[in-house]
Amino acid sequence: MTDQTPVLRLEGVVKTFPGVRALDGVSFDLRPGEVHALMGENGAGKSTLMKVLGGIYDPNEGQIYIAEEPVTIASPMQAKARGVVFIHQELSLADELSVAENIWLGELPHKSFGRVDWKKLYDETDAILKTLNVGFDARTRVGDLSIANQQMVEIARALTVDPRAVIFDEPTASLTDAEKVVLFEVIADLQSKGVGIIYISHRMEEIFKITDRISVLRDGGYRGTLNTAETNEEEVTQLMIGRKLDLSRNESHHELGDVALEVRNLSCGKLFEDVSFSVRRGEVVGFYGLVGAGRTEIAETIFGLRDPSAGQILLNGEEVRIHSPMEAIARGISLVPEDRKGQGLVLGMNCRDNMTLPQVDDLTAGPFVSDGAEVAIFDQYRDKLDIRTPGWRQIAGNLSGGNQQKIVIGKWLSMHPEVLIVDEPTRGIDVGSKSEIHNLIRDLAAQGYAVIVISSEMPEVLHVSDRIVAMFSGKVMRTFTSEEVTEDSLIQAISGLEGDKVA
Amino acid sequence: MAPEKRKDLLKQGGIWGFIVLELAFFSIAGEYWAVTDKAFMDFENMLLLLKQSAPIGIIALGMTIVMINGNIDLSVGATFALAAIVLLDSMTWPFMQNLGDWAIPLAWCFALLTGVILGAINGLIVWKTGVDAFIVTLGSMLGFRGLVFMYNGEQPTSHLNWTLVDFAEAQFLGLHTATWFLFGAAVILWLLMTKTLHGRNAYAIGNNREAAVNAGIRVGPHFLWNFMLIGFLAALSAVVFYSESGSVNPNDGMLFELWAITAVVLGGTKLTGGYGSIVSTMGGVIAIQLLRKGLGHIGADTSTVNLVIGLILIAVLFMDRQLNRKGKEELKV
Repeated sequence: MTDQTPVLRLEGVVKTFPGVRALDGVSFDLRPGEVHALMGENGAGKSTLMKVLGGIYDPNEGQIYIAEEPVTIASPMQAKARGVVFIHQELSLADELSVAENIWLGELPHKSFGRVDWKKLYDETDAILKTLNVGFDARTRVGDLSIANQQMVEIARALTVDPRAVIFDEPTASLTDAEKVVLFEVIADLQSKGVGIIYISHRMEEIFKITDRISVLRDGGYRGTLNTAETNEEEVTQLMIGRKLDLSRNESHHELGDVALEVRNLSCGKLFEDVSFSVRRGEVVGFYGLVGAGRTEIAETIFGLRDPSAGQILLNGEEVRIHSPMEAIARGISLVPEDRKGQGLVLGMNCRDNMTLPQVDDLTAGPFVSDGAEVAIFDQYRDKLDIRTPGWRQIAGNLSGGNQQKIVIGKWLSMHPEVLIVDEPTRGIDVGSKSEIHNLIRDLAAQGYAVIVISSEMPEVLHVSDRIVAMFSGKVMRTFTSEEVTEDSLIQAISGLEGDKVA
Repeated sequence: MAPEKRKDLLKQGGIWGFIVLELAFFSIAGEYWAVTDKAFMDFENMLLLLKQSAPIGIIALGMTIVMINGNIDLSVGATFALAAIVLLDSMTWPFMQNLGDWAIPLAWCFALLTGVILGAINGLIVWKTGVDAFIVTLGSMLGFRGLVFMYNGEQPTSHLNWTLVDFAEAQFLGLHTATWFLFGAAVILWLLMTKTLHGRNAYAIGNNREAAVNAGIRVGPHFLWNFMLIGFLAALSAVVFYSESGSVNPNDGMLFELWAITAVVLGGTKLTGGYGSIVSTMGGVIAIQLLRKGLGHIGADTSTVNLVIGLILIAVLFMDRQLNRKGKEELKV
């Protein structure tokens, strides 16, 4: 393979921003027909590198070669014209437009006078969609599709040209297993046509399943390329974070208290049906399932954001009806939401104000907000959670993902909850901070909180939970203890393969 | 999919249902309270209604495109007045007077060119500075209005050309000249928005600007074209209106931008962009004019008319919000 000309080669690419060297002499090459993983913690420079390739940033130094021809790329369109196609992690779709228009956005086929050639557009789109084996057609409005299907639309965009190199940025973040299979087929198909593929992902199991080589970035610098067949997760992780990662399952159990929260036969329309479970003090219950299995919706119902259509919620053995988040907070339930930046934080506000947001009404001195009381609360939880920030005046948006998440957790802890629900606690957080958050969750349980963790990552669920509730399409399939659970049985349960329920 | 489709139909057909409701209401209410003996649904009356909706209607069509694009243009009223002044005043220039009736098409061209240039100024500023269109056109609204006053002080600018008046008052196949211009503009813009690259890109930009940029659509020039288009339409509206009246006050066209926006929003176009249609805006324009005329028909004064239109606008937006909700299972935020 080494004698082939690389489809894409980077040589000593440097990109600096005021005060930061975001990329520090990155070089690697992408060969035709290979899947090349690009890994690194958040902030390691992956997205900067992609933006340089996409012509959004101009590199300060270094050279990009496409098929050994030195090029300068000034826009994503130029990149695409040269056969370098991006599939973005964050959906970049216009949801009022049809699937076809989105796929061909910016290059709709047209006739004279700029008239859109609808027939050609729909025919070609349907042909592409057929290869992707999806259940919608070219005329569907994108806004009517599920997130996973929208991701498939994004992927379909790469197939409109004859690409030399396709760059997938976390493509499986919102795909179900079945859809992943299709995606991997698409990748294999591109591979067989001699297309080079850069695959960015945090998910080790995928990386080891489909890639040929792995390049690792850390702190903007290139740390080396490994042949996937000759390496293992540990080596890659070490290269990424410079130390080992704990992937074991949870062994220790804390002393369990009374049942803090019990849910009986809870339903909410078609979102989830007949859900029953209980959480004791000092226990972490993990909810595992595919995206759309109804996990987040259960949390939102308990937190009073949705009205259940049937069933009971019991707090400390007493039946309660919760109609709003305010009531939930007053009864000691806190929800750390899935979308940290959108739902959890006011990014433009400083750390202290974010943390005291739910109780600022009570922190008054006369008619004014009491600065002292606010700072005291912030200091307390900064120390408790080890939040690394230069001071409370720091704007929350400037913190790293892990520290942001700690601010959100601190915010809810300061409300003295009994039940803490954490939805996707480590989404978009780098590997190093992940284990910190995991330890924090275990600690909180040890202190007597009843904790519910919702996660789509199996290692995370295995690692933090005392018990695991497996969900499939709005139903609880099985509840495992951390001793009895195996990866196989868990996957079977969340895929709906396990018929018999064990409570 | 079926309930989705029904909802879509309800959203798009809503404005026409509202028009039918208005017609029914004013016809029946007119029986009891009418200040004249004529029936409301009189054919002549309806033709007049279309003619009267033309000035704001033509502007509202352009506003639809600018709003689908995710922008707004508050300067159309001032553009309208300035184009009108150019139209009327240019016909008094000596070399124009020597041309006889050939001065008319030339004066039109001057007026339309004025509109295009003013629109281009807006578009260029929005493109090159990246300042929000709301602020840019708020500024140009004041600035253009200042130009209007500089032209002739507080005095009205007048010039009556009878050939022009005859043309403007003509009826072809029963419809007035102004109505023909309104319908013509509507058809052309409808084709533009549904059939052409430019139109589809306008939706894409308004819907998700970042996606459009990533896809290589040149957003700045696109904005420029649309601002030039609405400037042209504001001037066209002035040409149609002042060919007949022959006299322009420096305060003419004030609040036109707000009436146009009201019509566009009533028609269901989103303020945030990315969604809307020319056909629905036509519905909005006709609905407002019906309301004005109908309330006049049953003896209400202008202030009542404004109050009612305001209330209806808020009610419509509230209903639209309800339609967009996803039923009982939805998040309560």
